[in-house]
Amino acid sequence: MTTFLQQLFNALSLGGVYALVALGLTLVYGVMRVPNFAHGGLYMLGAYFTYEALTRFGLPYLPALLVAALLVALLAALMERVIFYPLRDAPHVHPMIAALGVLFFLEAAVQLYWGADFKQIPEPLPGILNVGGVVLTWQRLLVIAASVLAMLGLNFFLKRTLTGATIEAMSQNREGARLVGIDTGRVGMLTFALSGALAAVGAALIAPTQALTPAMGEVMNLKVFAIIILGGMGSVPGAIVGAFLLAFAEVFGGAYVSFDFADVIGFAVLVLVLALRPQGLFRKGT
Amino acid sequence: MGAPRLRRGLWGWVAVFALAAAVPLLKPTGYVYDIGINVMLYSVLAYGMNVLLGYTGQLPLAHAGFYGIGAYAVGLLTLKQGWSFWAAWPAAVLLCMALGYLLGLVAFRTRGDAFSIFTLGVGVIITSVINKWDALTGGNEGLNGINPPQGLEALSRSLGLTLNGGFYYLALLTLLLTVVLVARLRGSVFGRSLLAIRGSEDLARSAGVNVFAHKLRAMMFSTGLAGLAGGLYAGYAGFLGAAFTGPLTTFTVLLHLLVGGLGSLAGPLVGPALMYGLAQGLRGLEDYQYIVFGPLLVLIVMFAPQGLVGLWERWRARRQGGGHA
Repeated sequence: MTTFLQQLFNALSLGGVYALVALGLTLVYGVMRVPNFAHGGLYMLGAYFTYEALTRFGLPYLPALLVAALLVALLAALMERVIFYPLRDAPHVHPMIAALGVLFFLEAAVQLYWGADFKQIPEPLPGILNVGGVVLTWQRLLVIAASVLAMLGLNFFLKRTLTGATIEAMSQNREGARLVGIDTGRVGMLTFALSGALAAVGAALIAPTQALTPAMGEVMNLKVFAIIILGGMGSVPGAIVGAFLLAFAEVFGGAYVSFDFADVIGFAVLVLVLALRPQGLFRKGT
Repeated sequence: MGAPRLRRGLWGWVAVFALAAAVPLLKPTGYVYDIGINVMLYSVLAYGMNVLLGYTGQLPLAHAGFYGIGAYAVGLLTLKQGWSFWAAWPAAVLLCMALGYLLGLVAFRTRGDAFSIFTLGVGVIITSVINKWDALTGGNEGLNGINPPQGLEALSRSLGLTLNGGFYYLALLTLLLTVVLVARLRGSVFGRSLLAIRGSEDLARSAGVNVFAHKLRAMMFSTGLAGLAGGLYAGYAGFLGAAFTGPLTTFTVLLHLLVGGLGSLAGPLVGPALMYGLAQGLRGLEDYQYIVFGPLLVLIVMFAPQGLVGLWERWRARRQGGGHA
């Protein structure tokens, strides 16, 4: 039972991070209809920016996280302006190919600047909490709290503010949004910035429990794509449900089946779902 | 029209292949052979990707995985089962086609974007299975000591060539076979149906094209060519590791194809010839070459999506148009 609770706790914190990263991706897909293969690169960049802010500039953890989120958001907005906005009417494989180019560029650039070896971020809140035999690390509690906070904030932003509503409107109907006077170019840029910030926050949260490598974005990329396909591309609730489904499958599969292939479990689930329900579990639009 | 286009450009193709076939007469060094063989292998890979991306409009991101499956199939069959290379090579192609068929059955239930994401995942799974299945593939240690094709060395000697010269001609024949097959495919009703699918799946379906079956066959063709290149690579390299089966190789093939020209017959040859040469020049930079190649790919997609062949044809069309005016 303790093992089970322990795994449950781990899965919740992992799912929280997956949800943050996947939410940005699904928002961008909803608004721009672009599967942004560079998203994993933004995630990786967020982790390295946090590392740099902590080690070189000696910032405390929270400001470092915010600085990284801001920088990645700016970069993502720039990327939208320079690459994806001009390609909005191109055949749909073109923005995908461009995104791959950006991904490999980011990886090479990070490797050039920080090197290929592992980097470690110290835990901002070391120590553990022992509740009836279940070991809760403060870092994982922080991850859960922060990701829930970020998700609530995002929900408030999308549902209760005018700017947020323009994002929803555009993902529902691009032409309709333009007809009622929404500046679709600005919304696209904003969505990219938001997705970059979410990816960076997710990366900064999970970074202290993992090592940083330039390739970390590729693995995360596949996971969050699996998540948004599971949840239905462009669906916000679907991304959250998909994130926790994947986290649970990975953690419990890793604990009870085989640790070596924990990363592959997500794809096994994905293949199964696509074979049975090609439109994803929670269909929304096409 | 593909077949007429091939016929019209036939003398160009004959000249290219004749020139390539004459290279060994100059008694080049092993390094020159190595570049030539690699260019031709990448070219066969690019032709395979072109069938799906250029003609059918689907972006497959598991291409290098099938290259790896072809290579490992030859490596394992010759090393562990004692097969002859000449039997293992076609077997590897058939295996890749069969696996491509199975992948297509699932992957083509999704359209467009989801298809690419799905194949990206499959590509990563293939690499990680090759990397972790120690008992079969040797895992991180790789697969060592794959023999060159039986009789190739003797044949090369009798023609007054080194073994690498023999490999060079074998790769050239493979490339010739690939170009002829792709040109015939492009000119056939099947090829034109693929173009119709690229234009609009719904329109193609309403015109009576069985979209799913056509995509499946295009996929098998594409993965079969990847296996063809992979099998030859195994015999040539003699050593296999999991690294070359990953997304970076797929990315490289994609770059070659886009530089050369998507959907053209000459593009998959022009791209690798140019870009592989350029990569050799940047070899001191190793992994950092993607700092240049990443943005280059973005720029091509934005400003010259038809690649060099597209630019050349546009330039020629403009000149001819000017002549008539």
